[in-house]
Amino acid sequence: MKKPYLIIIYFFLIFIFTTFYFSLDNKKIYDTESIIGKKINEVELTLFNNDKFNINKISNYKYTLINFWASWCAPCRKEHKNLVRLSKIQNLKIVGVNFKDSQIKAKEFLEKMGNPFFILTKDPEGKKSIDFGVYGIPETILVNQDLIILKKYIGPLDLKDVNEIKKIINK
Amino acid sequence: MLSNFGVIFSSIALITSFILIYFSFLELKISDSKIPKKIYNFSLAQLIFSLLSFLILLIGYVFSDFSMINVYENSHTTKPLFYKISGTWGNHEGSLLLWTNILVIFSFLFLILTKNKNKNFKILTLIFQNFLIATFFIFLLTNSNPFSPIFPIPNEGMGLNPILQDPALAVHPPLLYVGFVGSSIYFSAALAALISKVEAKSLATTIKPWVSVSWFFQTLGILVGSIWAYYELGWGGYWFWDPVENSSLMPWFLMTALLHSVLVLERRIGLYSWVIILSILTFTMTVIGTFLVRSGILNSVHTFANDPSRGLFILTFLTLMVFSSVFIFFKYAPSEKKTYRIFSKEFFILINNWFMVFFLAVVLIGTLYPVFLDTLVGEKISVGPPYYNFILAPFLIPLLFLMTSGPRHKWVVSELKKIFNVILFLSIFLFLIIFFIIQENNFLIGLILLFSIYLVVQTIFDFYENFKNKSVNFSRIISHLGFGLLIFFISINHIFSTENNFNIRTGEEKDTKDYIIKFEKLTTMSTTNYKSIVGNFKIINKKKLNTKNLKPEIRFYNQPQTITYEASIRSNFFSDTYLTMSNISDTDVFNIKFEKKPFMNFIWFSVLLISFGGLLNFFSRKKQI
Repeated sequence: MKKPYLIIIYFFLIFIFTTFYFSLDNKKIYDTESIIGKKINEVELTLFNNDKFNINKISNYKYTLINFWASWCAPCRKEHKNLVRLSKIQNLKIVGVNFKDSQIKAKEFLEKMGNPFFILTKDPEGKKSIDFGVYGIPETILVNQDLIILKKYIGPLDLKDVNEIKKIINK
Repeated sequence: MLSNFGVIFSSIALITSFILIYFSFLELKISDSKIPKKIYNFSLAQLIFSLLSFLILLIGYVFSDFSMINVYENSHTTKPLFYKISGTWGNHEGSLLLWTNILVIFSFLFLILTKNKNKNFKILTLIFQNFLIATFFIFLLTNSNPFSPIFPIPNEGMGLNPILQDPALAVHPPLLYVGFVGSSIYFSAALAALISKVEAKSLATTIKPWVSVSWFFQTLGILVGSIWAYYELGWGGYWFWDPVENSSLMPWFLMTALLHSVLVLERRIGLYSWVIILSILTFTMTVIGTFLVRSGILNSVHTFANDPSRGLFILTFLTLMVFSSVFIFFKYAPSEKKTYRIFSKEFFILINNWFMVFFLAVVLIGTLYPVFLDTLVGEKISVGPPYYNFILAPFLIPLLFLMTSGPRHKWVVSELKKIFNVILFLSIFLFLIIFFIIQENNFLIGLILLFSIYLVVQTIFDFYENFKNKSVNFSRIISHLGFGLLIFFISINHIFSTENNFNIRTGEEKDTKDYIIKFEKLTTMSTTNYKSIVGNFKIINKKKLNTKNLKPEIRFYNQPQTITYEASIRSNFFSDTYLTMSNISDTDVFNIKFEKKPFMNFIWFSVLLISFGGLLNFFSRKKQI
């Protein structure tokens, strides 16, 4: 009578402990390697005038930089001048995704600091950004015409990153 | 030098546990009813050597003996003495030594304090406990040796992580460990009881004090941890459903269930197997929690430097422990045929247990699901507070109701108490007054408030009734009152907390709805182990026109070099004013988080009440039915 239960319990336990065992090898640190070379997820974003914008449309541009930012985010303020620099490059368009922000504050921010964004979208609840695999902001993804992810930057872009992006585009 | 002594002392303690296991096995076959002196002596020797090894590490920390890697990595000469001492358990190896010491202390106390007549039961408990002790000493000596020497001896240590340099966090691990590891003794006792066929009442009276004590410390440990998170992490909350917080909460649910079930068992009404299962599960859950935290498969604020071999060791131990427990249980569990009369006290306790198991399942799934999904499917998700709040909150209502109604019923007798009584109407009346004042239109929160008020009012009334009959169960009254108040104040706190985030420069002021926040000036400060910039803020309440000065800090610790953000919290009786500041690099702008949090002190106080009630249970003796 007891035996079948015992077997079921043992199997269940084996399943749990085996999973634990394999989880020991899991990569703990989030790195960008796994998404490089993959196609970007199809996500529909909302423009500041509330029109829809499908991310697939960026295949019209040779290279696109998708930047996740917010006016409340201190490192975003720091990287902004670098985005402005990048916005002057030919063949590169910057799509901004304004993350969990108020539209008024975001506009104020851009008026003060300059607007590097070719297309400006918003994600007030932060849900769309998850589809891009964004963990925190600022994050920046470089995508080519075939919608393949070439590079992902976590944290603010610095001058080294700017030069790297320039190099990739000029190749 | 010290390092060698540490290894020698812990090795002796390890050997004594093997000796104890050997002698105890021999003793099982002898039908004499007394436990021989030598077992007591070896047990005492084990305790002494184990404590000595801990003392060695403590001395190493106090006198900054950097010839031990552990001290070198986690201490520094300029650290205040208090944090040198708490540094002993502020790291993986040291805390494991503390863990093992508590195992030994409990083993010894059980042996000398338990008055149970069944000799084999005590001996078997000692055997199981010593298997645990031996395993952890082996783990300590082979994998996580706190006494490992370093040569050449460094002149200076690397310092303790500054966020751990805090009075609350100095006492948090020991409290939690007494709770966690205390559960080992009733784990061992439960297995021993199965094999030696201990009678129900005798098992219940034996484990009850241990359950009460571990539950008391566990509750306090959780409380201190969340107080620390509240003022140190600067996130403006006290519970984040962080996986490691969950690991301390899950055994707590089981202990709570056990605490109640033991009361049933004590009166010989049943639940024998169930008490055994809970005892086994509580310690198992503790070890699972330890595995999750120490192996580093969870990401959380509790960072221990990770090493997969640790995880593997604990996992192997866990697997062996669980498989043999299941085996022993199925081999020896007696068949029980008990029917529980509906609407009797034990019936309500049984339902309380289901609730605890449900809460456990929810938290366990929330904690493990991301790990399993990542391992099996390779997808990364995170489960956050909305999941827990959404699933758990509605079930608080029936739980609160059962906590109100259950204790009023009698043991064994099925007799339905009237629900529609004066107390309920009084509670509804009180609720309506509060509802009218706060004007909260969330239906769920409204119901939770209503039922928590009901619990509080009924419990106070019960106290009055019992007091007349001179038979007050203080333990239950105080704990249940505390729980009712806790839920009430958490809800009120949830409704009335306000938060403002903004950027500000020195000399500027910010006008919010109810307050003007003036950033007056920046000052600097320095002590032995850190330098800090202090923001001087004046908070002007627009309605009451009073002002408060708040001084949040940004601290720059030198050893190791770390920046921490210290919240400035002004508590008055009813509400906390909470302000954190962080600098924005390359600018003179500071980012400010300003919060008003009502009734925080009441929340802490409620948890204190809950745990205090549990402690009283330790002293209470069963009254005859």
